[in-house]
Amino acid sequence: MSNNKKKKLTPVQQEYKELSDKREPARPVLKNCVRAFLVGGTICLIGQAITDMFVRWGGFDREKAANPTVAVLILLSVILTSLGIYDKIAQWAGAGTAVPVTGFANSMASEAIESRSEGIVLGVGGKMFTLAGPVIVFGTVAAFVVGILHFIFNPNGAGGH
Amino acid sequence: MLQGHQSWVFENRPRIKGTATVVGPFEGQGPLANDFDIIHGEPTLGQDSWEKAEKTLLEEASKLAMENAGVTAGQVQFFIGGDLMNQIISTSFAARTLSIPYLGIFGACSTSMEGLAIAANLVNSGSAKHALATACSHNSSVEKQFRYPTEYGSQKPPTAQYTVTGAGACVLSHEGDGFAVTSATIGRVIDMGLTDPFNMGAAMAPAAVDTIQAHLRDMRIEPGYYDLIVTGDLSKIGYEIACDLFAKHKVPMHQTTFSDCGMMIYNYDHQQVQAGASGCGCSAVVTYGHLLNRMRKGELKRILVVATGALLSPLSFQQGETIPCIAHAVSIESEGTL
Repeated sequence: MSNNKKKKLTPVQQEYKELSDKREPARPVLKNCVRAFLVGGTICLIGQAITDMFVRWGGFDREKAANPTVAVLILLSVILTSLGIYDKIAQWAGAGTAVPVTGFANSMASEAIESRSEGIVLGVGGKMFTLAGPVIVFGTVAAFVVGILHFIFNPNGAGGH
Repeated sequence: MLQGHQSWVFENRPRIKGTATVVGPFEGQGPLANDFDIIHGEPTLGQDSWEKAEKTLLEEASKLAMENAGVTAGQVQFFIGGDLMNQIISTSFAARTLSIPYLGIFGACSTSMEGLAIAANLVNSGSAKHALATACSHNSSVEKQFRYPTEYGSQKPPTAQYTVTGAGACVLSHEGDGFAVTSATIGRVIDMGLTDPFNMGAAMAPAAVDTIQAHLRDMRIEPGYYDLIVTGDLSKIGYEIACDLFAKHKVPMHQTTFSDCGMMIYNYDHQQVQAGASGCGCSAVVTYGHLLNRMRKGELKRILVVATGALLSPLSFQQGETIPCIAHAVSIESEGTL
């Protein structure tokens, strides 16, 4: 809790906060990091294998193989979400399943499944981006900021590779 | 009758004439499976939404409780209950089916004992011959409303609690045999400034302690009067904090057994529930199922059930509000323990 917030608390509340903090088990950060590394790494490894397969047997070049690879990973994630498996893996893996594109797919698929009872348009259509929306908004904002910085410091390179 | 500042004594001893508990499959895998009347195999209960499933839980529990009590819906004057859904739809929609005059209440997870206290007061005062007190919750409908979609892969911290899928119902009667509801203490709202919705046990513990101390003060008794004092859904962390607070306030809780419903219903070793259980259904099914069964076996004579509730909404915690909490205590006693 920030100091600003803590200042608003009365002395009794602050005293209680200290007492309750003592009883709150710490999040196992190191364990979570190791698990996130293992699972996130495994997902990337699977992605790499799929890319290689597209290059070897699908006739794609390395760059173009990225798109179908992402599509396959999204499909796998949505299938696992629909079968009720993805969230179980996520409890174990934490950021490992949240950060890769599969986590993004999971956030949309899970919200779509959940909102189905509110109808196709306002339910599935309207609520599908509830969790994924912020990723798109701030991803776009970040890209915009980076693009401007790139233009300022390297004007010749802007707009091209 | 009012006693002390905030307690009611029920001198006419309203009787628990019949109870029923209906739970989902996950609760059926827990250690209290034998204490529940109906265990469903499907969390959807064959309905097409979680909300309808929750309503169905409550309808089944209410009907079965009346059947167990040997009364018909026409003989029950008032139906009192609540749940965690916005506008308490589960209970209100079940009331539509039951068509019993209805008082909807919201006390978050303290609803079970809030309802029982009000029902006991109605029966005690002669305002009702029979009253039905209920509470229900469904894990998935609560996840959907308060947290994330059920299939969303978010990692829960060790302080998080698992909402019980279950409904408990209790028919109180002005006459007959059965355990008596002897007193109740209505809690104040206590807010100790905590804001983490994934650590509600810690937020609720001070409210439970406040209500228990108020009950002991108003009734002029010591904890040893009860064989068991049980909180609703503090779970591991909240329970430990409550023990700390009792020690700090020098309440002699060692005289009795102090326990928590949220720590009884699941098996920590085999079920992934983090700190333990929560939800309106938690204290309702544990009390009306497990604890009353223990009283029937004679293991317990007098118990005090203190249901705890966190009165937050998804909106309030997103706006950075702290979590106000409440607890209501109801004492249940076997016959012959005047």
